[in-house]
Amino acid sequence: MLDVNNTTRVEMDWSGPERLQMNMGPQHPSAHGVFRAIVTLEGETVVAVDAVIGYLHRCHEKLSETLTYAQYPSIASKTDYVAAMTSEFAYVLAAEEIGKFEVPKRAQYLRVIVAELQRIASHLLWLGTWCMDMGGALGGGATIFLYCIRERELVLDLFESLVGARLLYGFFQVGGTRYDIPDGWAQACRETIALIDSRIDEYEEMLEDNAFFLARTQGVGTVSRELAQDVGIAGPLLRGSGVDFDIRKNVPYSSYGDFDFSVPVETAGDCYARYKVRMAEFRQAIAIVRQALDTLPAGPISSRPALKSVAQIRIPKGEAYARVEGPRGEVGSYIISDGSAKPYRMKWRGASFSNLSILPLIIPGHKVADVVAIMGSVDPVFGEVDR
Amino acid sequence: MNLVALPPWAPSVIAGFVVLNVVIGIVTYITLLERKFAARMQSRIGPYRVGPHGLLQPIADALKLMMKEDIVPTAADRRIYNLAPIVFLIPCMLIFATIPFAPGLGVADLNIGILFFLAVSSMEIVGLFMAGWGSNNKYALLSAMRAVNQIISYDLPFIFSALIPVLLTGSLKLGDVAAAQQGSLLKWFVFYPVIGQLSFIMFIVATLAAENRVPFDILEAESELVAGFRVEYSGMKFALIQLGEYAHIIGSSFLGALLFLGAWSGPGPEWLGPVWFCLKMVFMFLVVTWIRWSFVRIRVDQILALSWKVLMPATLVLLISTAIVVVWRTSAGF
Repeated sequence: MLDVNNTTRVEMDWSGPERLQMNMGPQHPSAHGVFRAIVTLEGETVVAVDAVIGYLHRCHEKLSETLTYAQYPSIASKTDYVAAMTSEFAYVLAAEEIGKFEVPKRAQYLRVIVAELQRIASHLLWLGTWCMDMGGALGGGATIFLYCIRERELVLDLFESLVGARLLYGFFQVGGTRYDIPDGWAQACRETIALIDSRIDEYEEMLEDNAFFLARTQGVGTVSRELAQDVGIAGPLLRGSGVDFDIRKNVPYSSYGDFDFSVPVETAGDCYARYKVRMAEFRQAIAIVRQALDTLPAGPISSRPALKSVAQIRIPKGEAYARVEGPRGEVGSYIISDGSAKPYRMKWRGASFSNLSILPLIIPGHKVADVVAIMGSVDPVFGEVDR
Repeated sequence: MNLVALPPWAPSVIAGFVVLNVVIGIVTYITLLERKFAARMQSRIGPYRVGPHGLLQPIADALKLMMKEDIVPTAADRRIYNLAPIVFLIPCMLIFATIPFAPGLGVADLNIGILFFLAVSSMEIVGLFMAGWGSNNKYALLSAMRAVNQIISYDLPFIFSALIPVLLTGSLKLGDVAAAQQGSLLKWFVFYPVIGQLSFIMFIVATLAAENRVPFDILEAESELVAGFRVEYSGMKFALIQLGEYAHIIGSSFLGALLFLGAWSGPGPEWLGPVWFCLKMVFMFLVVTWIRWSFVRIRVDQILALSWKVLMPATLVLLISTAIVVVWRTSAGF
């Protein structure tokens, strides 16, 4: 078992002549949010990192106790605002498990479609910001960033025509989905993912043939399989370290078992492996969306009547933990119900939160420039870390 | 025929004044060119609102920088902090002194022109280091440390690759180097068999590093060091540093155009020479810009390794082989 306390003792009070303590964040161009890393440097080499989180804490768990099952899904999207659909998904799954609500097949497929589109959008934002971390907002990184944003806009356009919002959706509701797809949406979606599919080839061409990109990512921030399992990281990080675990495959939910897709796994464990995993996940997500659109069954989109009041949904006493595979890994929600219209207690498990805890273990020994590259490859979203 | 009797120093002063102002004018508009070029690469439009097609954008930017509050950090070493932008700017402007824009048209076509250029352009490190040290900021300090590392490592390949055209010409005078390439396209040193192309590529890599451009912009490195050595500068001091940086890039582009692309040689009447020279400078600048907007930055240790393990030996070998070729050609008599 890994002794976390022994491997990287952060020397906060050490102020010898050779070392320099530097704050990266909470206001820093590449912190991906309000993250503060206190790095101790010996020259250019990082010897210790102390990660400070909590600058974006908004009491989400307490907030959920004051909001009903009908209201909270829209708010749940604010925990991870880059992948809003995923958090909504986890919340309604937990409520449905306690209430034993059936979800119509059409609603399940719609959920899968939006969750995979969200994965594409989230990975696009990750790729852009990560390259910007390494390449600079005034360099080649910005070029890739703008390409990725261009494609992400298309996905957001799809969401906008579906729910009317571009960032925080409120698409999910207990028992199904709130909206059905409008006319022509399926065709627009097919065209969009076909375009993105071709653009992903361009990114790979641009990055994988680029010696500088390879030099910055290969062998940097290596997470061994054992370390990954000990720390409990999830998602592409875990799969980049050679662990074949994907909730969609291992514990299928919401009809994921109906679709034919593979779980990409890389064994190197470095930034490049994580990049490869995510690039393969783009393709798998596109394949899943295509299959779901092709086989989308007709029928109702919710097993429950349309909402007329916020306290309409009541679920019996009980508790449940539901988990979904978000773009960053396992997103879980744990609900304890006391039989009223609101949860008695609610707990979020954010993928970014557990992924972030790997940083102090892998960064020491790298150069300053690698700190941002490794941080970017972890893909943290601070709304989800602090909640 | 002198209508007005000018004192002997007057022509140099007037030429210096004109060149200085022209350089500042070029710098303001080359930033617009770069922004437009980058925008096209990134499927954007770029500056468009200020004036037709954003043509007045550089002036608006300059006015904005002039009106910004000038902040001096309380913990900064005030004298060094205030002096650094000027110390940085002066060498960047001085490099234009030796460049002949047409035969005989320049401030001072020194006998040791290229030596002067290389020596002065590496003086900018003093300003960089003063800015980084005087700001009393950890990011700036790290950046200054990197600056010293990088400039020391890349000066030698830069000098070696710039010396190859000198060897081929047999003169350190920039005017002579340019004159040796006149006449036909094939006389441009970039078309000199093998040696020309290799040294041109090495020259571009070395200038990228000497100019601190992506992928070698570890001094600025805004994703790690926020803005590096100039993180604490604002207003006009920031503008001076920016001006110096771009002047250095333009100066190096002129040098590249002069050493490898035949300077003012081109079709058309002789008075078109400076226009051709400027177009070649813009070409060099766009090559550098193109590289800037397509690569990610490499790490400080990789930059040093690239310099000492690859570029240094390669340029040295190339320099020696050029010398052998030149000696062989003179002894063989062609």
